[in-house]
Amino acid sequence: MAKPAKVMLNVPAIKADFPILQRTIRDKRLVYLDSAATSQKPKQVIDATSDFYSRYNANVHRAIYELGEESTREYEGAREKIAAFIQAKSPTEIAFTKSTTESLNLVAYGYGLKGKIQKGDEIVGTVMEHHSNHVPWHFVKDHKGAVLKYVDVKDDGTLRMEQYDDLLTDRTKIVTVSLCSNVLGTINPVKEIAKRAHEVGAICVVDAAQAAPHMPIDVQDLDADFLAFSGHKMLGPTGIGVLYGKQELFEATEPLLGGGEMIREVHLGSAKWNDVPYKFEGGTPNIAGAIGLGVAVDYLTKIGMEAVRGHEMEITEYALEKLARLKGVQTYGPKDVKKRAGVVSFTIDGAHPHDIASILDVEGICVRSGHHCAQPLMERFNLPATARASFYIYNDMDDADALVAGIKKVQEVFA
Amino acid sequence: MADLRELYQDTILDHNKRPRNFREIADASATAVGHNPLCGDRVTVYLRLDDGTIEDISFVGQGCAISKASASLMTDAVKGKSKADAHRLFERFHKMVTARPGDPVDASLGKLAVLSGVCEFPVRVKCASLAWHTLEAALERKQETVSLE
Repeated sequence: MAKPAKVMLNVPAIKADFPILQRTIRDKRLVYLDSAATSQKPKQVIDATSDFYSRYNANVHRAIYELGEESTREYEGAREKIAAFIQAKSPTEIAFTKSTTESLNLVAYGYGLKGKIQKGDEIVGTVMEHHSNHVPWHFVKDHKGAVLKYVDVKDDGTLRMEQYDDLLTDRTKIVTVSLCSNVLGTINPVKEIAKRAHEVGAICVVDAAQAAPHMPIDVQDLDADFLAFSGHKMLGPTGIGVLYGKQELFEATEPLLGGGEMIREVHLGSAKWNDVPYKFEGGTPNIAGAIGLGVAVDYLTKIGMEAVRGHEMEITEYALEKLARLKGVQTYGPKDVKKRAGVVSFTIDGAHPHDIASILDVEGICVRSGHHCAQPLMERFNLPATARASFYIYNDMDDADALVAGIKKVQEVFA
Repeated sequence: MADLRELYQDTILDHNKRPRNFREIADASATAVGHNPLCGDRVTVYLRLDDGTIEDISFVGQGCAISKASASLMTDAVKGKSKADAHRLFERFHKMVTARPGDPVDASLGKLAVLSGVCEFPVRVKCASLAWHTLEAALERKQETVSLE
């Protein structure tokens, strides 16, 4: 992705939209650097969910009265906004789930386990995936006898692309990859990977949990077959996720949940499914969550995803430069910000990541520590844990400076 | 509010840097492995028992300063003690790290009292007690890995 023209976000104005950023932690300014785990929410999103409950709470698709019409209109409106946000051909290619995890499980179950995958069929993943893009495929291996293969990661944090030459064969049925790593920040060449998957007749499943909040996504340009992401990492509420699927693949996918909403007709002992995407939305959905996510998408779209990406590239470049100057501090992942997002994993000599996070916490700085739900990747780099700072639209250079000052404090304690 | 130095006292930093009894015991009569998946900490505790008394104890592993210092202090504290005394010491230790901030610290805990600051940081209680849970498993000769979720 080319570096966009310099667009400076109005970070003070953005910060003012986030009530939580007005609070202090132990009398210190809150420096929130854990957006890769979950983002904070602007008041527009908070108000939208509260507005739903205050003004037009009713179940969707069923109620024959005005409130139900309003809730259905807003819920389906959110679906349309999300379809436009990722350039889907139609809102019917968007299913609401509770999370990226559920979305990926839905594909593994409905397309893999209950669908197309036979014994000996191969699924090609990568070593850098989040556990939620590993474990669902384990189920397919365990229940269908599928064979799992993995593309390795180079020391610089990028995929060993040449390994696809050997791994992709006519036995490959599914190729799965994250668009952006939650540990290394690496942005993977998904368009090329999808093309190569299609050349051997496989489908490409994309985990976009770390990408959708931070960069423009065009599912048609990527030619992704399925693409999953979560609302809560992109300014939306928790408990709402998205699965994009090409129409014909959605049709060929079995539902994960049976129950209300997802059926056309039910008889004793049998049922016919509703149309896509409704057949994937069994039970009363997270209506407020979907509406809130729609407003989050409005918020991001108004800023512009190119501008979001540009801002994060600037702040990441600045932070990486500052961290590189600190002796005894290592960062992981690509050094070139064109190849990475604003997720910066780091370690400090002599200080365990958990201690780093505790000491930064006392300074009001929130970072993550641990294996980041990516144990195979941590094993690949022979790291028990890292600390991780991640940036978003409400972060600025002052936040990066606070991180650097906090790291110096850690080094003082463990000197 | 919780001060950094309450958690990271000099004794803790010292035991983190130079852990005591940080070695394997070749002829151990019991061992156990403890694992804290949250921070990736792993500790193996080795025991040489003689007639219900801990004749020798050691540990190896990797972990945060709190877990490493706690393991180191624990080995010093229980060496020479009976199994029953070690168990009772763990109970008192656990009470201290899960106490309400400001509660008086049990004086009989001796050096272990440097970890009393942990009670101000509830997420770190698991770090401080990992080695102790692992010791308990070794004393009970449980073979499986102790996992603190």
